[in-house]
This record gives sequence, structure tokens and C-alpha cells, in this order.
Amino acid sequence: MDIQAYIALSLTLFTIGVVGVLTRRNAIIIFMCVELMLNAVNLLLVAFSKMHALSPTAKALPTYASDAQIFVFFIMVVAAAEVSVGLAIIVMMYRNIHSVDVNFLNRLKN
Amino acid sequence: MNSIILTAVWGVVMMLSGAFIRNKQTPKFLAIIGLSLISVLHIRELITKKSLIQVDVHNMVTFDYFNLTFIAIVLSCTLIYFLLSASEVEKVGPHVAEYFALIFFVLCGVSLAASFNTLLMLFIGIEIMSIPLYILTGSDKRNLKSNEAALKYFLMGAFSTGIMLLGIAFLYGGSPNASFFIDNLQIGGGRLSVLTALGLVFLLISISFKVSAAPFHFWTPDVYDGAPTVFTSFMSTIVKVAGFFAFIRLFQNAFGIVQDQWQSLIAFITVATLLIGNITAVFQQSVKRMLAYSSIAQAGFMLLAIFALNAKAKEGILLYAAAYSLATIGFFAILMKLEDYTIEGFNGLSKKQPVLAFAATVFLLSLTGIPLTAGFQSKFFMLMAAIENGHHLWLPIVAVLFAAVSAYYYFRVIQAMYFKEPSQADGHPIVATPLFKMVLLFTVLLILIIGVYPEILIGWMYR
Repeated sequence: MDIQAYIALSLTLFTIGVVGVLTRRNAIIIFMCVELMLNAVNLLLVAFSKMHALSPTAKALPTYASDAQIFVFFIMVVAAAEVSVGLAIIVMMYRNIHSVDVNFLNRLKN
Repeated sequence: MNSIILTAVWGVVMMLSGAFIRNKQTPKFLAIIGLSLISVLHIRELITKKSLIQVDVHNMVTFDYFNLTFIAIVLSCTLIYFLLSASEVEKVGPHVAEYFALIFFVLCGVSLAASFNTLLMLFIGIEIMSIPLYILTGSDKRNLKSNEAALKYFLMGAFSTGIMLLGIAFLYGGSPNASFFIDNLQIGGGRLSVLTALGLVFLLISISFKVSAAPFHFWTPDVYDGAPTVFTSFMSTIVKVAGFFAFIRLFQNAFGIVQDQWQSLIAFITVATLLIGNITAVFQQSVKRMLAYSSIAQAGFMLLAIFALNAKAKEGILLYAAAYSLATIGFFAILMKLEDYTIEGFNGLSKKQPVLAFAATVFLLSLTGIPLTAGFQSKFFMLMAAIENGHHLWLPIVAVLFAAVSAYYYFRVIQAMYFKEPSQADGHPIVATPLFKMVLLFTVLLILIIGVYPEILIGWMYR
């Protein structure tokens, strides 16, 4: 299949993530949207890796254009670390104000 | 290499010490001893160019005198930060050892972000730098402002990470030889491919988020205000200059050849950052919040280095890192001694604590950029770099004008300290130990020495 299709799919997923972060008010849903953004990038990286692997110049490389697939694992690991910290922060907030609504967060404004 | 491995190892040591040692004082001493050791070993590496541990990193991180000097500056500034503010860390909460462990992990991330050679290491370095900071921001668990700052910082940080990754993916897609190495991207002069251009813009946006350059600065005041002051001091100095160093390294090695294409964009961001930072800082009543905006304003000056990208800019960013970190860390240390963070809190400080007032004055003068201080030299180098670059000559003029604006809000604090009477009703005496005052005066001395002989710092770069 054409690379354009993969790029379109990844960008659609990424955009859904961005729109979700900007419009939703529930901290956990915002958080899920961030994860969606990261996974859209994962998909894009794998697609690009495959695209490069089919091109003659990259075929000659020792790594056979597989760097991006390794990169994906790093993104997954970092995302997992981020999840653990982020959920801890959300739980901490829930314990104090019994809500995960980000609209509560306007004390610092004034 | 030393700094990456040893800071990570010492972070683990600190964490374990928290599990086994109940004494609240011990972590502070362990942290200071560990950081002094790491600094000495790092400076040894800077002199001999030999690391204690040789690891085959497949060229993913490289060390030259430029980034070794930068890491040495960061480690020394953190050491001064520990000496001045470690006792404040103990007041944040019960998990003192863990706070220090997280700071060591941040330093590991700083070393990685300063020496990366592939986009993978840039990503990992910046993440190792940010994730512990989310925790430190929220470390005051019962305080709603701290909670809010942590959540806001976390969501913004994760969001900008997503944008950065998208940029990296596009750069990878646009690179003809499928490489993440920043000097091997083969962007080529002339017209950029669509993928590369998208990658460049997304990376620019995400790093602007991290270094709080306008128009991506909106999280900064809230986060810096809500975080415990002792950690605000750390993240507005060390972490911010490290972000700038990663920024300059990325743009020099990866995008240096297409400088004419993104230079106007950076010029716009610089002006916006200077404008928003300085003008908003004028209206702040809380000194802590004023410092948050002033850190945005100083970021505007550091952006001039990325705008210019020449030898002077490299010298300037080293000077700026040292001058800005020393002055801000010192000033925050004094601020933490006061109960009242508004400008009125500084009223008559010169009568109550003349040494503290004197040191604060020097720090503020350095932040403004008055001659004989390090701040003057660093601003001078930045402006010289921007002028030598030759394009957009209005930019240095605008920068000078905004530096003049910054004098207003810095001098207001000096005026409060020297020309206003102390309020009568305060029952809270300012406690400053002789050691604290000595370190403070030592910092003042460093600022003056760098201000008169900037060569002693820059010289390390050209050995």
C-alpha cells in the first residue's frame, strides 16, 4: 500500500489526539488523548521504516532502516513511565478535590 | 560520559538511602558529597578528555569541549544550589532522599540532552529531564496549587512530547538515508522537502514549549508559581538552560545549513518572548511570579543564540547559562528565607539582613545586565552574536530596549530593600546561617569574576 495512506491515518489519529487534549475537560480523557498522539507517531515511524527499507539507498545500510522500529520501543517505554507519573498526579489531585475536572484548576490565575 | 553514568548511579544510591536511613539530615549531606564527587570527576574528564568508564555508545552521544564545559557549568551551579537550598528541600515533605534522587535523575537527563547525537537521545534526554520534574512540581501533596501546577506541567509536557515525536518521525521520513543521526539527516540546502520542513517546525514548536518561549509560554507562570519554591529555583535555571543547549545543538548540527529558512521564525519567537516576558513581569506583585515572567524574558535573550548560531553565540550561551543560573539560584535562595513573597516582603531588608540585601542586589543587577556583572557579559555576547550574524539588525535593538524595561521590575525590588522602612508587624525573623551567607557571597564573587574575566569560562571551550 502507498505510504500516503499510512501518513493520512497517523495524522488523523494524531489530530484526534490534539483536538481531544484541547477540548476535553476530564484529566483522564486528556491523558488518553496524549497517549493516542504518541501511538499515532509509533504507527508513522513503523510506516516510514518500511518505506525506507524498500528504497534502494536505505537497503544498503547496515541497520536495514530498522532504527525507527527500535525507536518505537523507546517511545513505548517512555510512555509507560509517563503514565505512571501522570496517573499518580491525577490520583493525588482526586484525593484533594474529589474530581478530575481540569476546570477546577484555576486557582493560580489570580 | 562520567556525568551521565554517575548521576544516574548516584540517583539510585540516594533512593536506597531513603529506604534505609531514617535520619532527615543524611540525604542532604549524601547529595552534596555525591555531587561534589561527580563534579570533580567531570572536571577531570574535561581536562584529560578521558572518561572513567569507557562505553561503546555507537556515536549516539558525543562529548566535545563545548558540551563538556556546559555540563561542568550545570553541575557547579547545581552544587551551589544544593549548598544554598538543600535545607529548604527538607521542608517540602517527608521524602527528602527521593527529592534529591529525582534531582540527580534530572541531571542525568541534562547531560544526555547536552551531548546527544541522534534524535533518539534527544528524545530520551528531554524526557529524563522532564518526568522527574513533574513529580518534583507536585511534591507538596496537600497543597492544591502544587497539585494544579503538577497536572498542568504534566499535561503540557506530555503534549509537547507528542509534537516533538511527530517532528522526529517526519524528519526520519524525509531523510534519504533513513537516519536519526543529526549530522546525517542530509537535509540539503535549497528547498526543503515537505516532510523535513514539517519535522523542523514541529521540533521547533515542541522545544519552544520546553524552554517556555512565547507563544508557547502560557504554562510557565502557573507552574513556576505553584511548584514548591525550592524546585522552581531548580527548574527555572538548570533545566531551562539545558533545554536551550539541546535547542542550539539540534539547530546547529541538524538545521544549520538551512538557517536562512527558519531564521525569521526564530526572530519572531524572540521578539514575542521578550515582549510578553518583560511587559507582563512589570505588573506582577508577587516576586515569585515576577521571576517566572523574568525567566521568560531571559529566555528571549537566550533565543538570540539560536538566531545567530555562530562562534559568539556558542560562547554567549555558556556565559548566559552560568550568569543566569547563578543569579537566579542565589536570588531564589534569599526569597525562600522571606515569609512574604510580595515586593513588600523585601521592605527594609538592608536594615535587617545587610549581607542578604547586598547579595540580592548583585544578583538583580546581574539579571538586568549592569556592567561588571556576569549578566552584562552574557547579554553583550548575545547581542554581538546577533549583530555579527548580519540579518535582522532590528532584533538586537529591540532586545536592548527590552533589557531596559527589565531594569524597572528588578530595580523595584532593590528600591524596596534599601529605601523602604521594614513593616513593624512581622514576628518572623529571617534566619541565615554564616555558612549560607558565605556561599551567597561566594556566588556574588563568581558573578563578579565572570563579569570581569569572561575568558576563564569561555577558555575551556577552546582547549
